[in-house]
Amino acid sequence: MEKVYLDNAATTPLHPGVLAAMTEALSMYANPSSLHALGLEAEKMVEGARAELADLLEVAPENLVFTSGGTEANNLALKGFLARSQRRGLLVTSEIEHPSVLEVFAELKSQGWEVCRLPVDSQGRVQLSALEAALKRPVQLVSLMAVNNETGSIQPLAQAVDLVRARQPRAAIHTDAVQALGKIPFAPARLGVDFASVSAHKIHGPKGVGALYLSRRDRLFPLLQGGGQEGGLRSGTENVPGIVGFGRAARELLADPEEKRARVAALRQRFLAGIEGLPCRVISPGDGAPHILAVSFPGFRGEVLLQALSGLGVYVSTGAACSGKKGGLSQVARAMGLDREVAEGLLRFSFSWLNTEAEIDYAGESVKKVLADLAFVRGRRS
Amino acid sequence: MDYKKILLRFGEVGLKGKNRAFFIRALAANVRRALAPLGSGFSVSTPYGRIFVDLPGPDCLEAVIPALGRVFGLVSYSPVAQAELTMEGIQAAALEELRAGGLPQTFRVSARRSLKSFALNSMEINRELGGFLLENCPGLQVDLHQPQRVVNVEVRPEGAYVFSRVYPGAGGLPVGVTGKGVLLLSGGIDSPVAGWLAMKRGIALEALYFDTPPFTSPRALAKVEKLAKILAQWAPVNLHVVNFTPVQRSLLERVPEDLTITVMRRFMFRVAQALARREGALALITGESAGQVASQTLESMLVINEVVSLPVLRPVVALDKVEIMDQARKIGTYDVSIEPFPDCCALFVSPHPKTRPTLAQAARAEESLDVQDLVAQALAGLETRLIKSP
Repeated sequence: MEKVYLDNAATTPLHPGVLAAMTEALSMYANPSSLHALGLEAEKMVEGARAELADLLEVAPENLVFTSGGTEANNLALKGFLARSQRRGLLVTSEIEHPSVLEVFAELKSQGWEVCRLPVDSQGRVQLSALEAALKRPVQLVSLMAVNNETGSIQPLAQAVDLVRARQPRAAIHTDAVQALGKIPFAPARLGVDFASVSAHKIHGPKGVGALYLSRRDRLFPLLQGGGQEGGLRSGTENVPGIVGFGRAARELLADPEEKRARVAALRQRFLAGIEGLPCRVISPGDGAPHILAVSFPGFRGEVLLQALSGLGVYVSTGAACSGKKGGLSQVARAMGLDREVAEGLLRFSFSWLNTEAEIDYAGESVKKVLADLAFVRGRRS
Repeated sequence: MDYKKILLRFGEVGLKGKNRAFFIRALAANVRRALAPLGSGFSVSTPYGRIFVDLPGPDCLEAVIPALGRVFGLVSYSPVAQAELTMEGIQAAALEELRAGGLPQTFRVSARRSLKSFALNSMEINRELGGFLLENCPGLQVDLHQPQRVVNVEVRPEGAYVFSRVYPGAGGLPVGVTGKGVLLLSGGIDSPVAGWLAMKRGIALEALYFDTPPFTSPRALAKVEKLAKILAQWAPVNLHVVNFTPVQRSLLERVPEDLTITVMRRFMFRVAQALARREGALALITGESAGQVASQTLESMLVINEVVSLPVLRPVVALDKVEIMDQARKIGTYDVSIEPFPDCCALFVSPHPKTRPTLAQAARAEESLDVQDLVAQALAGLETRLIKSP
């Protein structure tokens, strides 16, 4: 087996159908804003993709703004909303958000906003009691992710929304749903959030495209000024091939979403069975999103196991790939209160419905082999 | 000013007696190699024991000047204007040269005449040309002691040359003339500087990196490749990568923890010496600086050095860390060296290594190891690539 890609939470390979759709769309060079017939054709391609993504999210197409990815969607929601609000209440988020949320709040804090970061329990779930406590004061904005990228823990968003609406009806609610789209049932309008960020490349679409769902279009100030594309909320000529790819990837998921989720869950279960008996500890909660499995191998260092697996053609992550290069303990591991030894030995396996059973079996065997090969360093500094 | 030639000066190489021709040939070859990436059409010639670069066109000077600055063995160099072998010709060229870089306030003329049949001697050329330039440049003054510009004139059988701009060269000796050395290159700050200094003294580098997968990431190797690429701006570098994991593993299992670093360095030296023998290199080069870390005390150096018979050159041995860092910044390796991918030393180092190991301790620590076999294994898996820049 040459390559087994189990880093699908970092990014996913392009689906062949998406590749074909994008290849065709790359030849469509016209600017969707142009008034001629070609421009109209390009515009229709963009709107077609918007409709497909809207179907997947069960929202109206006009409530979606295309962005350059999840990071921009998060930035647009948080900064764009605060730029239009008059009041200055508390900003609430959690300890385990993606850096594109945490760093925005860190910046806002340095600008004088008061920020409250909610703690999580041992399962990596935001503590609602802490949210209740925070909601005793005027709150401006709440941002909680739907699924954590390192552990797959599903956040109690529905209860959180109910709490916020009951206690602080004027607060806006944003959710970073990048790891939820296509992985768990997710419908932002039904959930009742104001903003939700999603990204194409986590669902076998292309990199460089994301979207922000917004319940009302008049609550955001744009990050970029310019030609007024996306109803003025995201200026810049549309990334037509990328958006087409996003739409095509969404359509792929629409076909049989439950079947795909069940398939991923089965692969995860198969992998877990494969590594049973090894000296490891599953960190992901049992009721987490099916595509993410965080496992610790105490006594080993995650990055060493990662490189050894890489040598066998099995590609995984330690914590989140975004922070993987920086070293140090993951923010999420710290927030969950994991022992240092457990946190250092963390690996994240993340699956896709495109993985095969044979790949999963090979990956399990590889983990076994690597642990045996490296037994000589177990518990040592290295 | 439309220069067609650059005159290159070398100092030390000129002093090397019978080797002079060999040194000049090597220097000319290195100059050719340095200019090759800039395109064809450069011609490097060595008439009468000097080196000239003929330029293919007027626009290439801007690229040529910095490229020549990275050729070891050059003391300085000047773009020169060639003039007819008449006083009128020399005057016209000198006037243009003086005006080209913006007219200075003070100047002097410095003439040399090797064509003895030329009508004027050096003193006369100085006087004649000086007067001419004063007449033609209002406000210009002569200053014999501290002029802002010196207009140099050389009257030679093949023509007259005029130049006034002198660029400092990198100094040192042409890379290759001193021989080859094996540089123990890590991803750190010191070893690239050591390699650069060795190159400066004419040593061609066979760089050796000890890779320890899976304990180091492929990015650590990529970083070493980047460092080698920076060094290769001065001269090509052969980068050899050895899989050191089997050795590390044996050490971890069989050597007392406080001696692992000592024994590890001994193995690195052994592998380096074996490579040197294979490549015809005559020395090892390391980035060790006296007392900087446990393996760099004199006691450690003694014990580590014992396993090799080749000379071990330590160009930065007497530099402070800040001095090495300054030098690394000048060379351009510093920013790459501080990228945060730990090299194998950082991962395998004991928290309390012996700073004063003895030969007997090291020998005892290695008793249970098949030294020759481990070295042979390491060498068998060696991968080599030629690093050129750009």
